[in-house]
Amino acid sequence: MFTIEQVLQPETLEEAYQALHGNISNTVLGGCAFLRLGSKKIATAIDLSELKLDYILEPGKEIEIGAMTTFRTVETHPTLHQLFNGVLPKSVSNIIGVQFRNVVTVGATVYSKYGFSDLLTALLALDTEVELYKGGRLPLEEFLQKSFPKDILTRLFIQKNARKASYQSMRNSLSDYPILTIAVSELNQRWRIVVGARPLRAQLASKASEALSNSKLTAEDIEQSASLAVEELSFGSNIRGSAEYRKAMCKVLVKRGIMEVLQCK
Amino acid sequence: MQIETTINGKKITLEVANDELLSDALRAKGYLSIRQGCDTSCCGLCTVWIDGKPTLSCSTLAFRVRDKQITTIEGVAQQAEEFAQVLVAEGAEQCGFCSPGFIMTVLAMKHELKNPTEQEIIHYLTGNLCRCTGYMGQLRAIKKYLGGA
Ligand SMILES: Cc1cc2nc3c(=O)[nH]c(=O)nc-3n(C[C@H](O)[C@H](O)[C@H](O)COP(=O)(O)OP(=O)(O)OC[C@H]3O[C@@H](n4cnc5c(N)ncnc54)[C@H](O)[C@@H]3O)c2cc1C
Ligand code: FES
Ligand code: FES
Repeated sequence: MFTIEQVLQPETLEEAYQALHGNISNTVLGGCAFLRLGSKKIATAIDLSELKLDYILEPGKEIEIGAMTTFRTVETHPTLHQLFNGVLPKSVSNIIGVQFRNVVTVGATVYSKYGFSDLLTALLALDTEVELYKGGRLPLEEFLQKSFPKDILTRLFIQKNARKASYQSMRNSLSDYPILTIAVSELNQRWRIVVGARPLRAQLASKASEALSNSKLTAEDIEQSASLAVEELSFGSNIRGSAEYRKAMCKVLVKRGIMEVLQCK
Repeated sequence: MQIETTINGKKITLEVANDELLSDALRAKGYLSIRQGCDTSCCGLCTVWIDGKPTLSCSTLAFRVRDKQITTIEGVAQQAEEFAQVLVAEGAEQCGFCSPGFIMTVLAMKHELKNPTEQEIIHYLTGNLCRCTGYMGQLRAIKKYLGGA
């Protein structure tokens, strides 16, 4: 169990950021479901609850999701059910249970870049940007690929467009961590194939996505893109599944994802 | 630190440590219906409502319930009793260790979902583990309770 010497409930993000850099063990609190599993000795716990970051808004062409928004809010949000064939609600809906999803937060999940993350896989298949308090706004893909100085994730922005999408995951049992997560999407004949929980973090299969975008989408094209995704990404083994098993499943799920998107309205 | 909160409709002042979990704080205050069945946020035994939402009290820092409304099974005793009778009639309660958390989730579902399908009921309750009953009795009881309620 983690320990907390002192709690700070900042009234501004600047105050939170200064506190985060005040001591190496100062830590931002999300929902704390993950933090409580560890034994971190936190000098100052920075609680963002007072900063009004728990919301989903749709100003104009984007959806804006505050860092303290819970998975349950994502799961039950009416607009998110309509957009992108509901991939965001679908991606979080099998994580433990309702009362858990009322605790865990979007900001902590994205910032932590967990390999097993269902949400990250779905977000990466959409046109998503993250906002870091100091680091500013940048594409999620860039955020996942590079390392950045310690910061606070404040918001996510997702372009509200006609992207069609599908989300697939595979688990040993319904509420276990996933063995593999797949999201596939298409907008204006440009496809995105994303594979996560390999068990490495979600990554765009760029060659496979490009090949599919330039194809006639025949059964062979789909088969070939799925094979390309397996070839270009690396897979590892853990207690949930071997690399070989993940590769075999990846091919199946990518094909399934593409077929599902083709049938999306 | 000291926080003001409302538990089962009663305003109270709680003295909590910075890293104290809500489940521990509530048990220390005598709400012994709160059970801790796991260390990994996955059994649902510690479920309480925070501002009406079913939430894991084992994964919530106690200081965060300042100015919130907490409901434990003691606060919804009559509804819980009604459902518990159906549970017993369906042979869906054995050791009973999981019951408070399970019942709090069922009652939350009743408020949140209108006429849930069997699939929706199962999905809503995946976060409540029970080592004894095998779940089928619980499912029968929920359907009977919602149908008759
Ligand atoms: C038992 C268990 C099972 C899980 N199963 C799954 C699963 O199947 N699929 C899945 O996708 N996920 C799963 N998760 C992960 C979960 O969905 C969350 O991603 C995770 O708990 C982190 O969210 P949190 O709000 O609890 O973060 P916390 O525990 O509060 O924080 C995690 C980290 O993020 C940092 N942080 C928090 N907020 C911010 C911020 N705004 N800016 C910068 N840093 C921040 C914290 O300092 C900490 O280092 C599981 C977690 C647990 C505990
Ligand atoms: S005690 Fe198991 S989820 Fe809270
Ligand atoms: S009745 Fe024993 S754990 Fe559920």
